[in-house]
Amino acid sequence: MHLHRYEKIWLTVGLLTLIVFIIVLGINAFAMGAQPPSDAQVIDPTKVSQTPPFDQPGLKQLGNNNYAADMTAFVFGYAPNRIEIPVRSTVTFNVTSKDVVHGFEIPGTDVNMMIVPGLVNSATHTFTKPGDYLILCNEYCGAGHQLMAAHLVVK
Amino acid sequence: MAEAQAAEVQSVRVDRPAARLSLAYVLSGFLAFGIAAIAGLLQGLDRGGMITLPKWLSYYAVLTTHGVYMGLVFTTFFIIGFFFSGVARTTGGSLPPAARRLGWFGWWMMVVGVIMATIEILAGNASVLYTFYAPMKASPYFYIGTALLVVGSWFGGYGVFSAYRAWKRNHPGKMSPLFTFMAVSTMALWQIATIGVAVEVVLQLIPWSFGWVPTINVLLSRMLLWYFGHPLVYFWLLPAYTMWYVNMPRIIGGKVFSDALARASFILFVLLSTPVGFHHQLLEPGIPPLWKFLHVMLTMMVVVPSLMTAFNMFAVFETAGRAKGATGLFGWFKKLPWNDVRFTAPIMGMIAFIPGGAGGIINAGYQMNEVVHNTIWVTGHFHLTVATTVAMTFFGIAYWLIPHLTGRRLTPAANKVGLAQAVIWATGMLLMSGSMHYMGLLGVPRRTAYTTYMNNPTALSWMPLEGTMALGGVLLFIAAMMMIGMVIYLTWFAPKGFQEYPIGEIGDTAEATPRILERWPVIISLAAVLILVAYAYPVIDTMQNAPPGAPGIKTW
Ligand code: HEM
Ligand SMILES: [Cu+2]
Ligand SMILES: [Cu+2]
Repeated sequence: MHLHRYEKIWLTVGLLTLIVFIIVLGINAFAMGAQPPSDAQVIDPTKVSQTPPFDQPGLKQLGNNNYAADMTAFVFGYAPNRIEIPVRSTVTFNVTSKDVVHGFEIPGTDVNMMIVPGLVNSATHTFTKPGDYLILCNEYCGAGHQLMAAHLVVK
Repeated sequence: MAEAQAAEVQSVRVDRPAARLSLAYVLSGFLAFGIAAIAGLLQGLDRGGMITLPKWLSYYAVLTTHGVYMGLVFTTFFIIGFFFSGVARTTGGSLPPAARRLGWFGWWMMVVGVIMATIEILAGNASVLYTFYAPMKASPYFYIGTALLVVGSWFGGYGVFSAYRAWKRNHPGKMSPLFTFMAVSTMALWQIATIGVAVEVVLQLIPWSFGWVPTINVLLSRMLLWYFGHPLVYFWLLPAYTMWYVNMPRIIGGKVFSDALARASFILFVLLSTPVGFHHQLLEPGIPPLWKFLHVMLTMMVVVPSLMTAFNMFAVFETAGRAKGATGLFGWFKKLPWNDVRFTAPIMGMIAFIPGGAGGIINAGYQMNEVVHNTIWVTGHFHLTVATTVAMTFFGIAYWLIPHLTGRRLTPAANKVGLAQAVIWATGMLLMSGSMHYMGLLGVPRRTAYTTYMNNPTALSWMPLEGTMALGGVLLFIAAMMMIGMVIYLTWFAPKGFQEYPIGEIGDTAEATPRILERWPVIISLAAVLILVAYAYPVIDTMQNAPPGAPGIKTW
């Protein structure tokens, strides 16, 4: 099949741009470790309240300025629904659902992940600015979805 | 001589029986469009805080109606109707009786399915949105209704295939007409794509929702849905591309640039648009990053046939302009028929696809997805692509297709109303989709009724933008009602006459088309291999290493 000369140029440039884009994404992901949340831990979705660490959701200090927030998502809220951390802390959010699919998003940061029943998902973020951060559900989950939120206070 | 031949070709008319079938589909599509537009208006006004929906009308039932009616009902009906008409038009003017019987059978099945689903949505038993994410559990009749809609659309496809086979039998060794080829490839893509959702609905959702099985494998259901969800968008887009490749050249007084390249781009869509579904699941647990990345790579490859299409369109515009005496680098631009709605509505849609496509690349951009996933940016994105590019092309088609089928004419006055409609729609979309994109970058969630999260300052700061979005929605609603008015006028009231069904001729410089582009067994096998590579391992893994299943609940 014959291609017009300009079309050849157009497609070559387009294809090369796409390949460069893929390579940049790949380096970012596999060399620099910027992977999207893809945790593989499974959990019985009907026994979340009996399964550690989600039997006692809350903030756990792991080290200096380093925390784990083990949280559950449910219709229509999160436990705990308020977390306080000092500024410049790094927090790993480990979240699972007790019922349906939920979202977990903190506007103003890149924390954004899906919470699927039966699986734990996690994301890590370092909070360098003090403030009151909103944690909200961005996946429709039922009649009170628009109320599903929690608060993270960085002091 | 060539002129006389062309005039004869353009005077081919879709005969009565085929026209009736096509019209039934197209009008059902617009009925759904009109209802969904009312829902869209209510959503915009509610989110913007301008109205409060009455207690008995849940935001999410309205949103389910809008998503199902716009995304699945309007598009599917319109597409099949358009294809039946064009297949008839390019294969001599009629459809074989077998094709018509299949078409009518499919139409009835789809109508019954939609009625069932609608009853359940209105009764409040199915506010699960058009993606019906388990373990939110709707009434089984909602799932059965959507299954009938999908299976009915298969019969529409079988009708197209049977007309194609009949033509092939009567024209041994010849390449099929370009329009018919495109209809066949799009419906083939649809067959491949809908396997995922059919398996999900029939094997998972229906037995579970009747209570025959206690729990559901949630991740598997999501993989099956998104196996379908991405090619779905190409099922919307390809009929618009068909119009651009085949009908547009005739409307602007030009010729099809290259029959071979047009076919090649459609084949690439059949091959590449399915093995990419994980780009909708980038932020999900349970899917290894390597597999997500493989789907991202394949997603970027589906950009190639769109680049081919863009080139072809500009080539057609430029050669047509130059043939009319245009000079200079951009002189051809002025020679385009800007006051002809058959051209102007689709071209506005085409222009919207430039930012729309760029936005799509961001969405699928692996880590970048974290910034926009499930924010209203995504809603802004597909209102640019499907609700502008595709919908405005469909509007443009309706202006000649409906009068052609009803034996009427598009009058100059109707053309003017059409131009105004297009401008209002585009303006409304600029406001609505623009503010959706902007809000998404701030983190505003999609699929969310009016909320300030208890007067949270961050959420309060979003309200002015929600207002702009609502204003865009009002303009869109006005344009939608104008469109419905035009459909009614062109179906029942426009003056009797002959409205040409524009089909572009193949340009003189176009090369012969290679045979391989019509070897379906080869093409379908290749598509199957790609799908197996992308999905076999993750799907088996999800079935074998699944966590205990989730029981269903009704959370609305
Ligand atoms: C009258 C014109 C329209 C208006 C005012 C409108 C408005 C809206 C709004 C405000 C939303 C977002 C609601 C939310 O996420 O909370 C939405 C969602 C949606 N719209 Fe439209 N829209 C219009 C036309 C269309 C068209 C033409 C299509 C496709 C052909 C379409 C397809 C969709 C889909 C699929 C959704 C997503 C539903 C979901 O998230 O489940 N819309 N629309
Ligand atoms: Cu939610
Ligand atoms: Cu997609």
